[in-house]
Amino acid sequence: MFDFGVWTSAINDFLVGLFHNPQYDWLVTLIECVIIGVLVLLTYTVLALFYILYERKLCAWFQCRLGPMRVGKWGLLQVFADMFKILIKELISLKNTDKFLFKLAPYIVITSSVTMLACLPWGRGLQIINFNIGIFFVLAVSSVGVLGILLAGWASNNKYTLIGAMRSGAQMISYEISLGLAILTIVLLAGTMNINELVLAQEDGWFIFKGHIPAIIAFLIYVVAATAETNRGPFDLPEAEHELTAGYHTEYSGIHFGFFYLAEYLNLFIVSGIASLMFLGGWMPLHIAGWEQFNAVMDYIPSIVWFVLKAFFISYIIIWFKWTFPRVRIDQMLAFEWKYLMPLSLVNIVVMAVLVAYNWHF
Amino acid sequence: MRDIKTIISKVCPSATFEEGDTLLVTVPEKEWHKFAENLKNNPELGFDVLSAVVGVDWKDSIGVIYYLTSTTHAWDMISVKVVAEDRENPMIHTVSDLWKVANFQEREVYDFYGIKFINHPDMRRFFLRNDWVGHPLRKDYDANPDLNPIRMTDEINEDDTVSYVENEKGEVKAVPGKVFGEDDYVVNIGPQHPSTHGVMRFRASIDGEMVKKVDVVSGYIHRGIEKLCEGLMYPQTLHYTDRMDYMSAHQNRHCLCMCIEKALGLEVPERALYIRTIMDELMRISSHLLSFGCTAMDLGATTAFFYGFRERERVLDIFEKTCGARMSLNYNVIGGVMADIHPDFVKDVHAFLDIMPASLKEYHKVFSGNVIAQNRLKKVGYLSKEDAINYCITGPSGRGSNWSNDCRKKHPYALYDQVEFNEVLEDGCDSFSRYMVRMREIEESCKIIAQLIDKIPEGDIRNPKTPKLIKLPAGRWYQQVEASRGTFGVYIESDGGKNPYRMHFQSPCFNLVGVMDLCCRGYMIADLITIGAALDFVIPDIDR
Repeated sequence: MFDFGVWTSAINDFLVGLFHNPQYDWLVTLIECVIIGVLVLLTYTVLALFYILYERKLCAWFQCRLGPMRVGKWGLLQVFADMFKILIKELISLKNTDKFLFKLAPYIVITSSVTMLACLPWGRGLQIINFNIGIFFVLAVSSVGVLGILLAGWASNNKYTLIGAMRSGAQMISYEISLGLAILTIVLLAGTMNINELVLAQEDGWFIFKGHIPAIIAFLIYVVAATAETNRGPFDLPEAEHELTAGYHTEYSGIHFGFFYLAEYLNLFIVSGIASLMFLGGWMPLHIAGWEQFNAVMDYIPSIVWFVLKAFFISYIIIWFKWTFPRVRIDQMLAFEWKYLMPLSLVNIVVMAVLVAYNWHF
Repeated sequence: MRDIKTIISKVCPSATFEEGDTLLVTVPEKEWHKFAENLKNNPELGFDVLSAVVGVDWKDSIGVIYYLTSTTHAWDMISVKVVAEDRENPMIHTVSDLWKVANFQEREVYDFYGIKFINHPDMRRFFLRNDWVGHPLRKDYDANPDLNPIRMTDEINEDDTVSYVENEKGEVKAVPGKVFGEDDYVVNIGPQHPSTHGVMRFRASIDGEMVKKVDVVSGYIHRGIEKLCEGLMYPQTLHYTDRMDYMSAHQNRHCLCMCIEKALGLEVPERALYIRTIMDELMRISSHLLSFGCTAMDLGATTAFFYGFRERERVLDIFEKTCGARMSLNYNVIGGVMADIHPDFVKDVHAFLDIMPASLKEYHKVFSGNVIAQNRLKKVGYLSKEDAINYCITGPSGRGSNWSNDCRKKHPYALYDQVEFNEVLEDGCDSFSRYMVRMREIEESCKIIAQLIDKIPEGDIRNPKTPKLIKLPAGRWYQQVEASRGTFGVYIESDGGKNPYRMHFQSPCFNLVGVMDLCCRGYMIADLITIGAALDFVIPDIDR
């Protein structure tokens, strides 16, 4: 399988060779950081555009419609038009709001989302940050996003946004527990939190297959908790357009609203990416022991395609949820987490620990 | 059964009687409240349903006519006329303590006639702003636009209310009050809100997510239809009925046509009766499909909404072919219907009836059977049968509380006595029951249409003897039909001219919105939306 590390080290070697002097290493690092920053933002935007179209088309097909069809072939250019519209819209400044926090909030949300994106393993040798607590770092950063939402709700000085933000806070803090426990189950199985090692450990079989039933349960818990974590239906209470008009981002306009919007779609990709990393082998191709030719064909598909397709598949499931289920109520949602999902994950983690201790897994 | 007049004379000797469309009992204002108590609580009388409250200005006097029916006795509907003693400062004792439905009804009468109801807990205007000058339906109302310009400022003191309390000596004193307390956290839902199904405004005081009280602020699309009708000829008034509850356009118009035909003694040809009945039921199906869609939508199940609309579209296509319109159908006219059915009508209706059972199954699979939907709807918005009767919650919402109130069964009109169908009742008294009643009524409506569609006789679609200029004889008439959302009533008072002297529309949604406070208390904000969706009110029907 092709190692993208060849490219990255080639670029590094080129830059180092350009200056011929170790005292300019800082400049090399700086240039590399800028390139990576630009790449991440570019990926972020392209993915967001793709996801908006992806969801609109899927939703339309679920609802016996065609979705956007007018702008470009099959409406492919619709999202570009929408994004352009959002960019040129006025940023309405409101009276009686906390102006600083009001403007800060979307940036906090988008920053946490971009940082998480940077941690994902895109392919063999295609990873920006690789350190020993990788997945733990992702979880920590994801919690920062809720701060932005709370700030947005509070700073808008609007009752709807405040209720939306409070719901969001309660929801994200609750479901983060299940999310964390589900991930922890797999960390137990893998014995590492390093993202790269997590992927490499799945070379001979994805964790969802290796980990017996506890891994499957953890996967299901993860998908449910991730749906809640990204504020998507049936857990879209913070927005709940039928109750709170638009929840915490009611008062935002223009690109500030766009940031919330983008972050929401990208968070969908990110949680799907983490699911594929933790359960479906990240960028590892599907290998079936004994089927040598099949495995060779699978290896031929680039690792980045594997990763992205797996993420899209998980996203498809989460989008499917949204367009099928009605919305739950706040008390039902919290009861579901604290009374069912969290105890289940706790039991699950114990079972997994036993499994690992006695080496019963594959 | 004894004669109603003898019982009433025994209870209230000063009552006078007048025969007519319904028995009209006139009682003096002083004795009205005691008589009302008797009407409701006397086991011999048992008039527990207040169907309509109609304010009328007779120029020399001003008063209210109450239409009453009973659920326990087989009495025909009676009407009670109460005249205020002083025309300039009219006051009548409230009956909102006996029939809760009178709460909003009397506020409407106060708004339009300035009749103050003594001991009414909350005597605010209902439709108009509280700084409106005059009471528009009084015959001496000054319509000068300078008096009521388009105001550019917010309504002030919307929290202020007043109650006219009578003490033991019989003196009436105005006692000011507040709708919400100082510490209440009031959330404004509407008038521009995605889930109020129109321009409706609720002010809800909440404690966390829990609703403590709901105040209904109505009138954002009030068009003064009743006032407009007084200046129009009878055939012209018909057009407004389509614009009240636009989801029961056929039934509403049917009702007004029937009321005028009753006053004229006009026969409707058999063919027109068939067409009217089929159209009414098609309308009901389309309304319930919309209601299904909106309930699903308000719960966040957007996909189910589109499924409901997909089938509703086919009904509207049928309407479009025959009536030329999809919304304001303008189809019934006095003495029959406007135009003959489209040649494809029978074929299209059959095609629609064929797909409906499978579609209903699909709805139940996608939405009704879903565990989240059931959790959201079951045991939410409890409305007991007693309350449903007291608040006069008719239609599917009342039948969801197990109150049998179907006008098509109680007083069959058109062809409803010739077809076989069941009155759908559910005893859950919650949002889910109301929702299920609607879903099952779709089946019943299909059954009714299936029985009629192949038997439409040939003949006139409109009585050829319908007079060109329609003048009703002097008198008053009240007619009810079963509209999509409940019992729709029309009151016409004529002085013999070509315009109605007074025309009142008793819309079912007006009563539905009256129970919002009762139903929502103790539930959550999210439930307020689903309760509203399950009660299924249409705002233009409230505002008229």
